[in-house]
Amino acid sequence: MKRLTYSKLGETVFRSELDNGLTVFVDRKPGFGKSYAFFATNYGGNDTRFRLDGVWQETPAGVAHFLEHKMFDTKDGNALQELAANGASPNAFTSSAITGYYFECTQHFEDNLRILLSFVSVPWFTKQSVDKEQGIIGQEIRMIEDNPSWRVYVNLMTALYHHHPIRTNVAGTVESISHITEDTLYRCHKAFYSPDNMVLCVAGDVDPERVVRLAEEVLPRERGAEIRRDYGPEEPETVCRDRMEERMEVSAPQFLFGVKLPAAQQGEQFLRRRLLGELTCAAWLGSSSPLYARLYREGKINDGFSYGYEACPGCAFLCAGGESRDPEEVCRALVEEASRLGREGIDPALWQRLKRAAYGSMVRQLNSFQNLCVEQAEGFFRGYDYLTFPELFESIREEDARQLLLRAAEDGASALSVIRPKGGEA
Amino acid sequence: MLTVIRKELWPGVSLTAVHTDKFKSSMMSVNLLAPLREETAAENALIPYVLRRGTAKHLDMQQLSAALDELYGGEIEPAVRKEGETQAVGFWASVLDDAYTPDGSVILEPAARLMGELLLEPYTEAGAFCPDYTAGEKENLLDRIRGIVNEKQQYSIRRLSEEMCPDEDFRVGKYGSEARVEAITPQSLWARYQALLAGARVELYYCGSAPAQRVEAAFREAFAGLPRGERGPLPACQVRPHAGQPRLVEETMEVTQGKLALGFRTGGVNLTSPDYPALAVFNALYGGTTSSRLFLHVREKLSLCYFASSMLLKIKGVLMVSSGIEFDKFRQARDEILAQLEACRTGAFEDWELDAARSWLVSSAQKTLDSQGLLEDYWLVRNLAGVSVTPEEFARQIQAVTRQDVVRAANLVELDTTYFLKGVEQ
Repeated sequence: MKRLTYSKLGETVFRSELDNGLTVFVDRKPGFGKSYAFFATNYGGNDTRFRLDGVWQETPAGVAHFLEHKMFDTKDGNALQELAANGASPNAFTSSAITGYYFECTQHFEDNLRILLSFVSVPWFTKQSVDKEQGIIGQEIRMIEDNPSWRVYVNLMTALYHHHPIRTNVAGTVESISHITEDTLYRCHKAFYSPDNMVLCVAGDVDPERVVRLAEEVLPRERGAEIRRDYGPEEPETVCRDRMEERMEVSAPQFLFGVKLPAAQQGEQFLRRRLLGELTCAAWLGSSSPLYARLYREGKINDGFSYGYEACPGCAFLCAGGESRDPEEVCRALVEEASRLGREGIDPALWQRLKRAAYGSMVRQLNSFQNLCVEQAEGFFRGYDYLTFPELFESIREEDARQLLLRAAEDGASALSVIRPKGGEA
Repeated sequence: MLTVIRKELWPGVSLTAVHTDKFKSSMMSVNLLAPLREETAAENALIPYVLRRGTAKHLDMQQLSAALDELYGGEIEPAVRKEGETQAVGFWASVLDDAYTPDGSVILEPAARLMGELLLEPYTEAGAFCPDYTAGEKENLLDRIRGIVNEKQQYSIRRLSEEMCPDEDFRVGKYGSEARVEAITPQSLWARYQALLAGARVELYYCGSAPAQRVEAAFREAFAGLPRGERGPLPACQVRPHAGQPRLVEETMEVTQGKLALGFRTGGVNLTSPDYPALAVFNALYGGTTSSRLFLHVREKLSLCYFASSMLLKIKGVLMVSSGIEFDKFRQARDEILAQLEACRTGAFEDWELDAARSWLVSSAQKTLDSQGLLEDYWLVRNLAGVSVTPEEFARQIQAVTRQDVVRAANLVELDTTYFLKGVEQ
């Protein structure tokens, strides 16, 4: 077991790789009553086409998420209830690239960890339970469909990308999930839930040795077969379409503007690109930028305006959005400002200040065990150590931000997704 | 270890200081407490947003952002909350804890000073609030009020409150009404601001690594400009023990999923009652957790919905059940929700359910101690209700709740109003 100390952040992490290929991180958190465990697989909504045992498999959109729901079923009942009965708060999520199961608790940590490791590694599906889940997930999909911020995001993805599976809803559609059977689920579990495709991240005042021993005891001994994934033909540099519009029951137009970027490579580069993306956005349209001040003062945006850099295998993009009476005008202003900053450069004092601010915010976010563990897991899957961000910050250069801004201003690099109120002229 | 110190700095101005070194940030807040009234709610809610636009020293948001960036990306944001029939308005702040600044600079004092400056030294024109800032934030507040409809679950709960309490102050939303916002002028807002500063009870809060003495000194300096004088007690929240004639309110909107919300009175029991722990356990068992009866029966067994849960409005003495369902499942879902209540009333639940409910609450209380945000909210609510029970003490009270107590609490609960948001008939 390796002990890693991050003195600037005040974090101590124990890292270990088991014989079955599983990597375990334990972040010691003295003084806390709660503990948190996150058990994740490098498998998400995007991984619908993959090769298992020499055969290419096509699976319906939404399988990873469906599987996440069904994993809680065990031969003896339901792990969600078992954990809840122990006073733990369990849950799970599926993103485009990963599926993670977790719980937070203040007592019976080891017992809860045993339950978590066991239900995620031992599949138990029946036709009856799969059929029943179609109803529950069907409701979840309908609920998401009524959510304008989700719709505006999904529409942006279909505008930015030509083929990449990020275009499809992680949960699939009522139609796509109707093709899921228990056999589909068993196949996907076999492909992606082997220990060497997973990671366990724990935070709390717990004994790292015991966590490792428990994982060795509960999890399968075998490694899985190598998996090949297919995200479709290579994405062109330009967007698929530059506008997407829809009408919904909303009070004011909602918008999301996106800039398509080249996909990030595995390794430290992945994190560096993200820090660069976030800092560039802060300088370009963050709350300290001249553009934000102007748009806010003119009432074109409000305090719900937000931005971010997102990346997963095969895609990376910047996005910014919120609510606006005139999304087109905001979009024009964003592109013009990107072009101006790209040519003239970012105010050096602002750039330094933003680095300071971003650093402080990232350190503060480590308060959240969930944030810490999810970041560690994503970093592990993408080949970097998240907690090295203080060192990387120094090397982020303003010249790189300018390149990114020039990219944002290029023709065909960006798209705008808008949800307009029903019935109104707005 | 975590220690809590409460001290009156000036008459009607109290500081709650939590000392702990386990977080990477310090959390602070200042709240002015006002009775929730139709006539004043909109102006009270608007005040922190207008104040956040600029001060006498930092004239606009860009200058404020620059000052916050220098404090390692600190956040100081408007806070508007409704607790029972009290409206709490002011600011909350999260800043990097002094222990984590790479250059060893201190943040507590300058951050407290900036919060005091935001509250007490606004940017003014002609002896009142700046007309531009007032007009801009009026628009944003209107958007916030209109935006409630964008999130249908939240909207259904809002509508239920209005329909259930038409002649109680509780019907008033935390942002007030559109009509009242529209009528605000820079002068009327200025007068309300002066009245609040002079007459409202003030709650100051700090949680972080600084010892109480240093915190007290920093806050005394930062808020020295508060007018001295009489700060009267808040009127008690109206708690109606019994429901009137049960009513059904139906509304139609273009949505794909129906939202069902049921409001109950809790027999006069609220946070200040000796029976509150029993009511809290009943709520957890009935619909508060993922092992509750609503979750297990309405969602898991009958697949009637994606979510079904209950929550306690702990000062008001109201319980609400909220669920997302197919339109044609209205009767079935409502009947099942009420049948589960009946089961609790007759004691037809198992011991493990009672254990699970208690341990979930104990665990939540312990987790409160591990989260700066939860802790701040915990103490604000207790302080304004005049309750001094710590999370640790509350956990002990929960442990002592018996099956008979829960049955008794369930029998206090009476259905008042049912609200159903459904789709347009095809």
